[in-house]
Amino acid sequence: MSRRYAVGVIVALVVLIAAAAGILWALLPGRLPLRADAFQKPDPQSFEDIERGRYLAIAGDCAACHTARGGKPFAGGVPIETPFGKVVAPNITPDRETGIGAWTDDEFRRAVQEGIGRDGDLLYPAMPYPAYAKVAPDDVLAIRAYLATVEPASNKVATTQLPFTLRNRALMLGWNLLNFDRTPFRPDPNASVERNRGAYLVDGLGHCGSCHTAKNILGGDKRDGYLQGAVLQGWFVPSISGDPRVGIGEWPRDEIVDYLRAGANHWTVVSGPMAEEVRNSSTYLTVADLRAIAIYLKGVPPAAAASPRPLPSNDARMESGRAIYQDVCSACHTEPGLGANHLFPRLARSPAVQSDNATTLIRVVIAGSRSGGTALAPTAPAMPAMAGRLTNEQVAAVLTYIRNSWGNAAAAVSADEVKVIKSILTANGG
Amino acid sequence: MPTKLRRTDVVVIGLGWSGAILANELTDEGLDVVALERGPWRDTARDLSINFVPDELRYGIRLDLVLRPAQQTFTVRNNAGQTALPMREFGSFHPGNGVGGAGVHWAGITWRFSPADFRLRSHLSERYGAAAIPADMTIQDWGTSYQEMEPYYDRFEYLAGISGRAGNLRGMLQDGGNSFEGARQRDYPNPPLKLTYGPKLFADTARSMGYRPFPIPSALLSRPYINPLGVAMGECTFCGFCTNYGCANYSKASAQTTVLPVLMLKPNFKVRTECEVLRINLDKAGTTATGVTYVDSSGQEWEQPADLVIVCAFMLDNVRLLLLSGIGRPFDFRTGEGQVGRNFSYQTQNSAQGFFDNKRFNFNPFIGGGATGMAIDELNNDNFDHGPLGFFGGGSTRCAPIGAAPILTRPIPPGTPRWGAGWKKATVDNYLSAISVGCESSSYSNRNNFLDLDPTYTDRLGRPLMRITFDFPENDLRMSQYVTGKVAEIVRNMGASQIVARPRTGHWSVVPYQSTHTVGGAIMGADPSSSVVNKYLQAWDVANLFVVGASAFPQNSGFNPTGTVGALAFKAADAIRNLYLKAPGPLVRT
Repeated sequence: MSRRYAVGVIVALVVLIAAAAGILWALLPGRLPLRADAFQKPDPQSFEDIERGRYLAIAGDCAACHTARGGKPFAGGVPIETPFGKVVAPNITPDRETGIGAWTDDEFRRAVQEGIGRDGDLLYPAMPYPAYAKVAPDDVLAIRAYLATVEPASNKVATTQLPFTLRNRALMLGWNLLNFDRTPFRPDPNASVERNRGAYLVDGLGHCGSCHTAKNILGGDKRDGYLQGAVLQGWFVPSISGDPRVGIGEWPRDEIVDYLRAGANHWTVVSGPMAEEVRNSSTYLTVADLRAIAIYLKGVPPAAAASPRPLPSNDARMESGRAIYQDVCSACHTEPGLGANHLFPRLARSPAVQSDNATTLIRVVIAGSRSGGTALAPTAPAMPAMAGRLTNEQVAAVLTYIRNSWGNAAAAVSADEVKVIKSILTANGG
Repeated sequence: MPTKLRRTDVVVIGLGWSGAILANELTDEGLDVVALERGPWRDTARDLSINFVPDELRYGIRLDLVLRPAQQTFTVRNNAGQTALPMREFGSFHPGNGVGGAGVHWAGITWRFSPADFRLRSHLSERYGAAAIPADMTIQDWGTSYQEMEPYYDRFEYLAGISGRAGNLRGMLQDGGNSFEGARQRDYPNPPLKLTYGPKLFADTARSMGYRPFPIPSALLSRPYINPLGVAMGECTFCGFCTNYGCANYSKASAQTTVLPVLMLKPNFKVRTECEVLRINLDKAGTTATGVTYVDSSGQEWEQPADLVIVCAFMLDNVRLLLLSGIGRPFDFRTGEGQVGRNFSYQTQNSAQGFFDNKRFNFNPFIGGGATGMAIDELNNDNFDHGPLGFFGGGSTRCAPIGAAPILTRPIPPGTPRWGAGWKKATVDNYLSAISVGCESSSYSNRNNFLDLDPTYTDRLGRPLMRITFDFPENDLRMSQYVTGKVAEIVRNMGASQIVARPRTGHWSVVPYQSTHTVGGAIMGADPSSSVVNKYLQAWDVANLFVVGASAFPQNSGFNPTGTVGALAFKAADAIRNLYLKAPGPLVRT
């Protein structure tokens, strides 16, 4: 079966399922409205509310999608890759014609939290309204109060570039039925205020699960996949659960704070899509909020998977891997795999290194990677691309060695896996 | 007609060590800074990858990181009676080019000059009488003092993460450090690097002869380090590719590994690469700089107006820009009058190479770095009595195995055939068991050594080339003989079976590489009649112009210059931030 044919079949299936679900939805008696509990409406002229909105807009990383590189803030225009095609984030400046200046607060809240556009159309979940549904309505309107203060920019954005078959937004009805959990955030009465604050930020504005939770075929969250890692844009986004091997269970709380704030800590330096998140969002959060996030994440239960045993050091792959490691990697990552603070990622006991899915590791070794600098950790070091120096077999061997040394344990990497990643990167022009 | 750009607060010419430090300090002050760099952008991630950095053919032989003579070169002669000819290949020295400048490919030895250096003429006059200084020796005091320099040395050492051992902490001599150094307020930020066998043997031998060896202060880091700007550096791996190479491991301090990551994040900083400054523009009175005119790679000319102009190019280009812009009075060697181009000096390179029994000695020379190893300072400067010797000066003596890259490392004893089986056998026999001890010695300025604009040769833009008139003064040649003899003695005591002493002799030649430690020409001093800039690196004639770099050295000490270049950059920045901006105008009244 050719790949194009397979994609066609999948798309057709998606359309059918979604359409069926949509019909079902339409037949249901009355739609369940999001419960809008009574809340104190922010005052759009209050400094405190505008300032809170600014902070929350950063926590939600609105600019990541709604501000184009070199464009005016929040004037839209960044195409977002989805598995089904490109979606472009609209202009959310107060411009009355092309932005949201003419919207009512309620229209704004419905778009952010229910995925319903002003004209009643349903939004694509590239806008993370399933996560933002967890945000308190007064926080949403504080963001609105802030957005009302930014410079209005006239910029008309054509928001979808999806294939024709997926352009019918009514399909989103079905998607919502299957994937949209509308329950608002409910604090855990047994957990501390701090931990609940962390959960609120992670599940709501932080929308961490958008990347860190694996998706089903329709792009909805997989059951049992909550923050356990996912494949995204040619990277394996690691688990951020409390798993001591593949998650961040071994990172002390302050190291998690450093990572989110500075983009670097004693364990690693941020790279890939997460570098943008740190640069645009988490580096600006308060230490108290970052600590709350750290506390919550460390308590997220690991996936129920058996821990693998490390390969024996006399395994042939381990032996050749060790020789390659000493020759090519140890100058920076050091002989015992400890790396250097804020510079060279530590490999020993590293969650990214031990992830069950080796996509990111393979990618970083063959194509290299550059970390993003922040004011607190400006170095922005780079991993050089090794594809010109190491064969697929050598990449597999050295990764197998790294994944099974210094207390690490993870499945061996095969040359075929390396080959697959290489072909994906080549196809992407990388 | 150049296109006029929007005014900026500061324009920095050249984004090497000095330019990066000045730009960072002045952007911290809130000023808008534009840096203009003649060469390409360079950063570790893209341009200094471990996958291609240890390429001796590309970097060691073809000098990939060095200025291309086709873009700009210099004419050279030994004395004013000769016609200077252009260097068509860089040999004797390797001018940097591109972001980071020569600081990308430097070795990393990072000294402080000694207290006596900054008042050399006064010091020698006091000790030996003014009459003892030869008439043609134009050495002079710097107009500043070691005490004034100390905080800026400290700033540079902590920025760069220098590895070393203090010899004089707040006046208390420290075992294992350089006992001749000036008092420092605190120790180096990092401990000394580990030693390989060669330097250890050198140090043990020197100690047994009564010398006091100490670790070479090094910009190669002995451990991971985060500098005061928050930039992280790695530990040196002794890969042996420093001199002429960029560092792939973030272990050698350079603008790239210490300043640029911070500078490039600042919204009030801009750098324009491949942009060569043609001249510094002055107002009608000639006393205020109005900005600079530069040309980009398309040949388009631009005028960048600025309130402050800071010249941080390679020292020869600093001097040339002043001459091309009509700033200051050019030095006239016939009359001895004029300042710009005066007191051009160099460094006097000496060494003694030892060939050892390869059954008993193995130095593993490929394990090394541009600034690893041990030194002694007894033979340097005025650390020994010159009374009966008939010369002044000396050098820092060190056993510093820089690495042993495969093409150029041919330690073969004299008498070896130049090719064929005998040559190959000699290479094999001696590769592991030969070692050199160098003596990087002073170069005292002389009336006959100077810089001016060449009357014949021009660059691609029709501007006269800089003309270097230089030869080793008799004083320096005598000093060479003396110190090299002492160095050879140490090598003999190390157990060498054959010694080749190489004092500097004869005329200066541009062919063999010696060092890129050219200095002077726009020197600092207390008196505008004998210097170009005051002790704040501010031009005497143009108050909003600062000229920073080794061009400010009135003569060269027996030390590598970069530590002092870095300190001068911090000194100038401090003067601008704390004095000039509060009261723009001349900072020293005469």
